[in-house]
Amino acid sequence: MSAEIVHRYEKGDEVARATYPITRESLVRYAGASGDFNAIHYRDDVAAEVGLPGVLAHGMLTMGLAVQPVVDWVGDPARVGAYQVRFTRPVVVDPSSGAQIEVVAKIGTLDEEAGTARIDLTVTVDGQTVLGKAQVSVTLP
Amino acid sequence: MNPALTERAFPVTASYLVGREKVREFARAVFSTNPLNFSVEAAQTAGYADVVAPPTFAIVVQELTLAQLLAEEDAGIELTHVVHGEQRFDYARPIVAGDELTAQLQVTSVKTLGGNAMVVAETTIQDAAGEHVVTAVSTLVVRGDA
Repeated sequence: MSAEIVHRYEKGDEVARATYPITRESLVRYAGASGDFNAIHYRDDVAAEVGLPGVLAHGMLTMGLAVQPVVDWVGDPARVGAYQVRFTRPVVVDPSSGAQIEVVAKIGTLDEEAGTARIDLTVTVDGQTVLGKAQVSVTLP
Repeated sequence: MNPALTERAFPVTASYLVGREKVREFARAVFSTNPLNFSVEAAQTAGYADVVAPPTFAIVVQELTLAQLLAEEDAGIELTHVVHGEQRFDYARPIVAGDELTAQLQVTSVKTLGGNAMVVAETTIQDAAGEHVVTAVSTLVVRGDA
């Protein structure tokens, strides 16, 4: 009887990846679904008035979609134990071309004995990171 | 910014009934394609009573408590000056359609940095049986100048 542990994952392994093209319509949809009707997420004049470079995506929309590839990967949503992000850079959504959000999920830390891992998300728009310290604590599938 | 907010006891919110169509609507809005968020059959096959809400759905319930905070007249927080700095969720279990949730706010920290203030709002969400479902922690940056 071998007590050898089978190493299925290693730190740094990419476990999921996705690209989300978002538009102004996505922002209106998220506003309705979430109840966050802050006008900076759909009115150019209001965004300009408060000194923003343009209409911004809701931070919670970016946070919400960025975790989806990880949920799909672990299979059972109950395997997601915690999720946190810092909103480090606003996502400007152009009225005609929108914005493209890229998500890459990698193993940040691994506890093979407990069967848990911290998944680190790299979330970028045009190559610039928009979320900081984006981490999901999961039970490994 | 009022530092005494950390000592304030906020009332438990009225019960929030998680609707099946609301879960589907929210799931579409965060670009989910996961069958557990949309199909009752898929959710029940996986052992859930009804469709499962995406992880960040808890913000909808937390929002009820953040509204309480903004409504405090002596809090010194104006919505137009608030920037969402950080967000965290600690889950006991996923939220499922049919859940009746209540939430209670605790302001755990108020710090002033230069002209700005940082408020940490921790919302504990539980189900009708009194069991813990999720704790949602928002760090809000309140700009002092604008």
